[in-house]
Amino acid sequence: MDWSVLGENAGALAQGLLITLEVSALALLLALVLGVIVATLRVAPSPVLRRIGTAYVEFLRNIPLLVQLFFLFFALPSIGIRLDAFVCGVLALGVYTSAFVAEAIRSGIAAVPTGQLEAGLSSGMGYATAMRLIVLPQAIAKTIPPLGNTTLNLIKNSSLVSTVSVLDILGTANLLGARSFQYVPMFVGAAICYLILTLPTAFAVNRLEKRYAR
Amino acid sequence: MPPPVAIAFSGVQKWFGTNHVLVDIDLTIATGEVVVVIGPSGSGKSTLIRCINGLEAVQQGTVVVGGKRLTATGGELAAIRREVGMVFQAFHLYPHKTVLENITLAPITVKRVLRDQAEREARALLERVDLPEKADAYPAQLSGGQQQRVAIARALAMQPKVLLFDEPTSALDPEMIAEVLDVMKALAHTGITMVVVTHEMGFAREVGDRVIFMDAGRIVEQATPQQFFSAPGNPRAQLFLSKILAH
Ligand SMILES: Nc1ncnc2c1ncn2[C@@H]1O[C@H](COP(=O)(O)OP(=O)(O)OP(=O)(O)O)[C@@H](O)[C@H]1O
Ligand SMILES: [Mg+2]
Repeated sequence: MDWSVLGENAGALAQGLLITLEVSALALLLALVLGVIVATLRVAPSPVLRRIGTAYVEFLRNIPLLVQLFFLFFALPSIGIRLDAFVCGVLALGVYTSAFVAEAIRSGIAAVPTGQLEAGLSSGMGYATAMRLIVLPQAIAKTIPPLGNTTLNLIKNSSLVSTVSVLDILGTANLLGARSFQYVPMFVGAAICYLILTLPTAFAVNRLEKRYAR
Repeated sequence: MPPPVAIAFSGVQKWFGTNHVLVDIDLTIATGEVVVVIGPSGSGKSTLIRCINGLEAVQQGTVVVGGKRLTATGGELAAIRREVGMVFQAFHLYPHKTVLENITLAPITVKRVLRDQAEREARALLERVDLPEKADAYPAQLSGGQQQRVAIARALAMQPKVLLFDEPTSALDPEMIAEVLDVMKALAHTGITMVVVTHEMGFAREVGDRVIFMDAGRIVEQATPQQFFSAPGNPRAQLFLSKILAH
């Protein structure tokens, strides 16, 4: 075993880490935007909208992410839609994760007692104001732990983009391992790179959780 | 001059699904009147008072509050609710806000009162419910009785003409009931219109102008507290009274 390959390829791994960070950050942004929209559908007064929201969540979270990614990358070109591997990765990861984000937000809103909304409405606030000032701040606090988990899963799931040739952390480690036949050091290096991203995230989530725990 | 009629139900019917929960309700409450609503569990007391501020909508008949008819449209409904405060059995204070913020939130956001003034008024209200030292506490740091007094102060902050109470002392330990009732009794003498769902007979006797007894969605008896407690006419009211007076 030759650990020196780690040092020699530190730059490439760092580049891979940057790609993982980019894919994760963009996918998270997409997941949050879609997730908030779908969560709004899930708690909407209209049963039709609620059903659309439910269908979206159940459909996406019950099909393996890898299948969704392969669909975008391998199946879409055959109907004339050709997307860059990086874009496919961000889209698949973001859309898939948005189902979990929507679910976390919906359960956060559901966990706020209806009396809170009623108290706001009774004092003359409109529905939107009462939601914004009273229900959502409490829902967000309850949403932080599941959203934190979802974010960690997203970072880890991003390694799947290596299967469509994106040179993220895993893709880089795999490539360099194959070239040098030094898989052990390269994959240990990859694990360390993931920890560099996930441990601070976990730490930040814990801090946020404590701060909003009231 | 405020309108002499504060609240008027005429021909009100309400169903939850197939469950007919308010049946033929005709009820007029005068400005400044203190009305106590009693009746067995499930008889429709909460539903009745929740119709007064539109937390529940009726399917037939009309509810008029302060001369305005309660219809389901957003803006008008909010305008009526500004004049009608509500105190809940479970307090429903905002847990993420301090006592002072709980009280000032609606005046600042709904009435556009300046923060300074809203806080000054809130402190005066806290004085009135005997909790001046709790302005910066969070609800979770207060006892049940203290939370309910803050909830009353919060309702008063909008300077409502009508105050609704839905079993305000039912969630309280016995030793805290009196402190809340004392605040409510003091309020009853200020000329504000009060509709109070409660089984506190002492409160009804002392400050109630009228007792309404509900059973199975109907108002089956209305009387002054004196009449009601000495000789209720309705047999169900008699039965109910004998039960609650037994303990
Ligand atoms: N949101 C709701 N959905 C369906 N049914 C309801 C709802 N709220 C109340 N009900 C039903 O309406 C009837 C009247 O309920 P309400 O809460 O007004 O009674 P109550 O007199 O306040 O009883 P309690 O003394 O137990 O508080 C009951 O049969 C109850 O089950
Ligand atoms: Mg009730």
